Amino acid sequence: MSTDTIERAVDQRTYASYARPLLWRVIATREFAVLALLVAVFLYSRSSIEGFDGPLTLYFLFGRSLPIMLLALPMTLVIITGEIDLSVASTMALTGAVLGIAFTEWDLPFVMAMVVAVGVGLACGLLNGILIAYVRLPSLAVTIGTLALFRGLAEGFLGTDTIKGFPEKWTDLAKQATSEGGSYPIVLIPFVVLAVAFGLLLHFSSFGRGVYEIGLNDEAARFTGVDIARTKLVLFMLTGAVAGLAGVYQALYAGVIRSDSAIHLELQVIAAVLLGGVSIFGGRGTLPGVIAGVLLIAVLNSAMRLDGVRDDVTDIIIGCLLVASVIAPTLLTWVSGLARGRVRRTTDHPSTATAPPTPSK
Amino acid sequence: MSTLDKTPTAPSPRPARPARAGSSVGQLASDLLRSRELAVLVVLLALVVVATIKSDGFLRGDSFRDLLLTPSILLMLAAGQTLVIITRNVDLSVGSTLGLCAYGAGEIMSAGHSPYVAVVGAVVLGAVLGAVNGTIIAFGRVPALVVTLGTMLAFRGALLHWAGSDRVNAAEMDPGFLDLGTARIVTIPVLTIIALVVVVGVGYYLRTSRGGRELYAIGSDPDAAGLFGLPVRRRVLGAFVASGALAGLAGVFFAARYGGVSSNAGENIELQAVAAAVIGGVAIFGGSGTVWGAAIGAFLLVTIDRVLPILGVDDFYQQAVVGGLILGAIVLDRFLAHRAERRLARDREVTA
Repeated sequence: MSTDTIERAVDQRTYASYARPLLWRVIATREFAVLALLVAVFLYSRSSIEGFDGPLTLYFLFGRSLPIMLLALPMTLVIITGEIDLSVASTMALTGAVLGIAFTEWDLPFVMAMVVAVGVGLACGLLNGILIAYVRLPSLAVTIGTLALFRGLAEGFLGTDTIKGFPEKWTDLAKQATSEGGSYPIVLIPFVVLAVAFGLLLHFSSFGRGVYEIGLNDEAARFTGVDIARTKLVLFMLTGAVAGLAGVYQALYAGVIRSDSAIHLELQVIAAVLLGGVSIFGGRGTLPGVIAGVLLIAVLNSAMRLDGVRDDVTDIIIGCLLVASVIAPTLLTWVSGLARGRVRRTTDHPSTATAPPTPSK
Repeated sequence: MSTLDKTPTAPSPRPARPARAGSSVGQLASDLLRSRELAVLVVLLALVVVATIKSDGFLRGDSFRDLLLTPSILLMLAAGQTLVIITRNVDLSVGSTLGLCAYGAGEIMSAGHSPYVAVVGAVVLGAVLGAVNGTIIAFGRVPALVVTLGTMLAFRGALLHWAGSDRVNAAEMDPGFLDLGTARIVTIPVLTIIALVVVVGVGYYLRTSRGGRELYAIGSDPDAAGLFGLPVRRRVLGAFVASGALAGLAGVFFAARYGGVSSNAGENIELQAVAAAVIGGVAIFGGSGTVWGAAIGAFLLVTIDRVLPILGVDDFYQQAVVGGLILGAIVLDRFLAHRAERRLARDREVTA
């Protein structure tokens, strides 16, 4: 590949982005767009939907969406490395099943049962991580396999049984949405803690820089000393552990464990992450963007539910939002190209956007 | 896998897949012996044999009919999925497309139109939905996983909006159409025959036609295919249209087979379609695999479902077994690819 082409391409991009005023550069980011949409939806719901800011709403708003919000955090890192994890919802179901069995059949103390359940989530992530990072199998195929495997184990363990009767102390904790008087949504505390932790990990640590480098170019990452396999293993284990936590939370929140809990949740998690501006090809995206994305989905869900809109319309809107969010950059470039009287060929993929691959000589 | 070593000629310098048309009979035989398709077929046959020994009724009467009939829906989806995955894309919206088309076919019939109109209508609707996916993906140059995830939600939502809690019942459908769901020709269900004809058609297209070979080229290296002048966008769009149309046909099968369609028709089936392809040796990153493999994978998935209880395994574990199979299949792929690489390296040293 000729360095000439690359330099020219880089020059153009730099010039194009820095020639604009600072304000415009901020407004043009994906994070800003999602945040603006979130604020707009929130303000609209507050003003026109009755009861939107009541304490019960906060409970529905965050309580139901908390697993999606939690799982979006590690999923962001996984997708930034260019991988994907489709097995998270199945992991949740499996950890829920183990929690129920450990508590009712093995007669473990409840805290121990929870620890075992989260451990099972970690083990699920370990299996994914080993197959993807060390056997070097494609994560899409591996996690489609483990999606079926973990869900199948949950179904096998539970059959058609449902398990309930957990200690009220714990179910109350999971269901308690707001503080006394209803002013603070305490259900958000685990999310805030994890969001800060993952934010520090991704944006302020060398591990996080490695995550971006792997997603941009894993060969280059290898040469700069990033341990690619170990990074990926750690990420999938973190995802598994968070899925374990989410599974335990889900069980306590619902007060009942069934083998089909959290079904199809993985798709909503991925939708939220991609909506937040993470590129499915890896290397791009920020945690603040993702947090705005998950909150947008949570608010949309709960506002429409309160407004009497049926779930189907919510699905249509989220689906269209997702598609719109991926084609928006292409459309914008196309339109601005038309405005300047030329159409540039661009893609979401950074490597092909800068320069077409030239045969090496 | 001792069959791998039974090559009569000198070690071939490249892995056999995908096999080229017009090679000698010997080459064809050795390709066949090495193929992933054969391995999956052996597993499938072994499963059927064991089940037949354990349970006399397994290959008789209704049970036999079901064994052939149930996979025919999945076969259609797996064939479409193969076309799409070979181009290094994926179509997660097929389950929702199936549901919409099945309901659409039912509505057309309950409005008093002939079943032929319903079939054509469902297939056209499927093709249109596929074209929506294909246009966004090929011309927007955006990842198929994201787009079809979005359209999966959107199409399902549209169906829920259209159907609500309503369902099309058997009484509203043409009796001749419903007979199609159970009709047989020489003990083979008609739906299965149609499905197999479609699979053979898709397989023939992929193996021999220019367009089919170009799909492989695009999946192997989309950028190179574009530089080489292949019509990448048109081919990818075509693959999605075909996938949508096949999902529409699968919707027709669904309506005929089950005699009733509600808004949850075809839920969760998209991952089974992808799983059938993956088990059958279609590489998830494009460029290799055959529709035969995906078809055998689809048969295997459905057969396992029926065989497990006979083998005394609680059928709640069915999903887990499917998951294990998928993992086994891709680990085997990795192992075989590694072997082929080593063999290549050895050959190079010998000739150098």
